[in-house]
Amino acid sequence: MHDTLAETVRVEGARILATLIRTVGDVQIAEDAVQEATLAALGAWPVTGVPPQPRAWLTVTARRKAIDILRRERVRPDKERDGLRTIELTRSDLPPDDVVHDDLLRLIFTCCHPALSPPTRVALALRTLCGLSPAQIANVLLATEAATTKRLTRARQKIAAAHIPYRVPARDELADRLPTVCGVIHSLYTAGHAPVDGAAAYDVDVCAEAIRLAELLCELLPDQPTPTAVLALVLLSEARRPARLDEHGAVVTLDQQDRARWDGAAITRGIALLNDSLRRSAGQADAYQLQAAVAAEHARAPSYADTDWAEILRLYDLLMSVAPSPAAGLARVVAAAEATGPATGLAMLAELPRSPRWHAVRAELLAREERYDEAVRELAGSLDGSATGPERRYRERRRAEFRLLADRQTP
Amino acid sequence: MPQYLALTYTPDVNWWAPEHADELAEYRRFAVDNTERIQASALLHPTSTATVVRVEGARGGNVVTTDGPYAETKEALTGYYLIEADDLEKAVAIVAELPAAVNGAVELRPVIAVR
Repeated sequence: MHDTLAETVRVEGARILATLIRTVGDVQIAEDAVQEATLAALGAWPVTGVPPQPRAWLTVTARRKAIDILRRERVRPDKERDGLRTIELTRSDLPPDDVVHDDLLRLIFTCCHPALSPPTRVALALRTLCGLSPAQIANVLLATEAATTKRLTRARQKIAAAHIPYRVPARDELADRLPTVCGVIHSLYTAGHAPVDGAAAYDVDVCAEAIRLAELLCELLPDQPTPTAVLALVLLSEARRPARLDEHGAVVTLDQQDRARWDGAAITRGIALLNDSLRRSAGQADAYQLQAAVAAEHARAPSYADTDWAEILRLYDLLMSVAPSPAAGLARVVAAAEATGPATGLAMLAELPRSPRWHAVRAELLAREERYDEAVRELAGSLDGSATGPERRYRERRRAEFRLLADRQTP
Repeated sequence: MPQYLALTYTPDVNWWAPEHADELAEYRRFAVDNTERIQASALLHPTSTATVVRVEGARGGNVVTTDGPYAETKEALTGYYLIEADDLEKAVAIVAELPAAVNGAVELRPVIAVR
C-alpha cells in the first residue's frame, strides 16, 4: 500500500510543483510546499484511505502549505504580486490540463537550462520532475548526499538570483534548447544503464525514470523530432536490457545475448517512433536519431552474425561527423572491425584516446587475431581504470580465457 | 528590473593602441544600441597598470600592495557593463553582441541592489 501511495504522490508531485513554481515565483518555496503536502498525504492516507481525488487533495494542500511558508518568510514586499498570488493559492479547483502542460514544459526547460552545469541539470530534473530525494539522487550521480544537497541549493539560488526565466522557449528557440533537455534525459538513462563505477544496485530504477521523462517530453512536444528520437533510443536500449546480464549478474555481450529475451513490443514501438521522428525532420539526422538508428539495426538483426555492420558503420560515420565523442569513436571501431576485419579496427584504434574501454576493445580485437599474449596485457590496462562490478568481472574472465589460449600457443 | 554586471575577459589590451580602433568602434556601437539598458560601463587600462591591495591581519593592519592584476591569466578583465535585463536569457542576448564575447568571454553576474 505504502509503495503505490508513495508512487502516486511522487508522480503527482511534479505536476503540482510545476504550477506552484510559476504561482509563487520561487523554486525553493514551491518545493518545500509540495514536500510538506507529500508528507501530509503519507501521514493521512494510510489512515483515511486515498481520497477520491488524490490530485485535488495534494494540490489544495500544497497551496495552503505555500501560503504558510510565504507568511512565515514574508518574502519580497511586492504587494500587487502578493495579492495575485494569494488569490491563486486560495483557489480550490485544479488548474486546467493545458496550463499544467505549459507549466511542466516551463519546469523542464528551467531545470535543463544551459546556464546550469550538466550534472546540476540532471540533479534538478531528478529532484523536481522525478521527485527523488537528495540521497537517491546522490546514488545516481555517484556523489555524497551532502554534496548533492549543496548542488541543489546552489542551483535554486542561481535560478532565483540570476533570474533564469520560468518560461517555455519560443518556437524558433526550441532547436537550440531541446538538445540540452534531451541530453539530460539521455545521460540519465546512460547513468542507469551503464554506471561507470561502483555496484549497479540503485534503490531507484534510473532507466525507468529516464524513460518516464522521455515519454513526458514527447507527450508535451509531440511534433518535435528530437524528443521522439530520444524516446525511441531509450526504448530500443531498454528492450535489450533483460538480456545484458545473466541470472548470476554477469555481463552478457551482444554476440552472446539470447535475443528471445529482448522486449519485442518495445522494439516495435521504438522503431515506429524513430521512423516517425525521421519523417518529421528535414535533411541531416541528429545525434539521437543516429544512435536510435544504430539501436534499431541491432534490434532488427535476427542474430549477431546477421547484423548489417556496413550500415551500422555508416551510421557511426555520420554520428562522428555530427557529434563526435570517445564512446561513439570506439563503437565505430567495433563496427568497422565486424564489417571488414580486426586489422581495420586495430588501425583505427591507434588514432583514438586511451581509456579503460579502449583497452578492452583492443584486447578483443587482438584476440580475434589470435594475439592472446598481447590481449592479456591490454586487458590489464582496461582493469586499471573505473568500471562497474559486472563489467570488471567480465574483463577478468576474458583475461583468464585469453591467458589459457596464450599458454596453449607456447610450444 | 534585475541588474547584471557583465565583465569582459579578453586578451590584455591597450585601448589607446591604434590597432584597436575598429574594435573600439564596435564597443561604442554596442553602448549606443543599448543605451537605455546600460547603467554604467568602462574600459580598463591594461593589467600592467593594476595594483592589488591587501590588509594584513585585521582592519587597520599593514597595507600591502603588489604590482599587477589579481590573477595572472591569459584572458584579463578588460572592461565592464552594468546592465538591466528582464531575466538571464535577455541579459545573455544583450552581451552576446559584445566583441568580447567573440574574442574572449563575458561573465554575467547578477547584482544585488544595495540601497
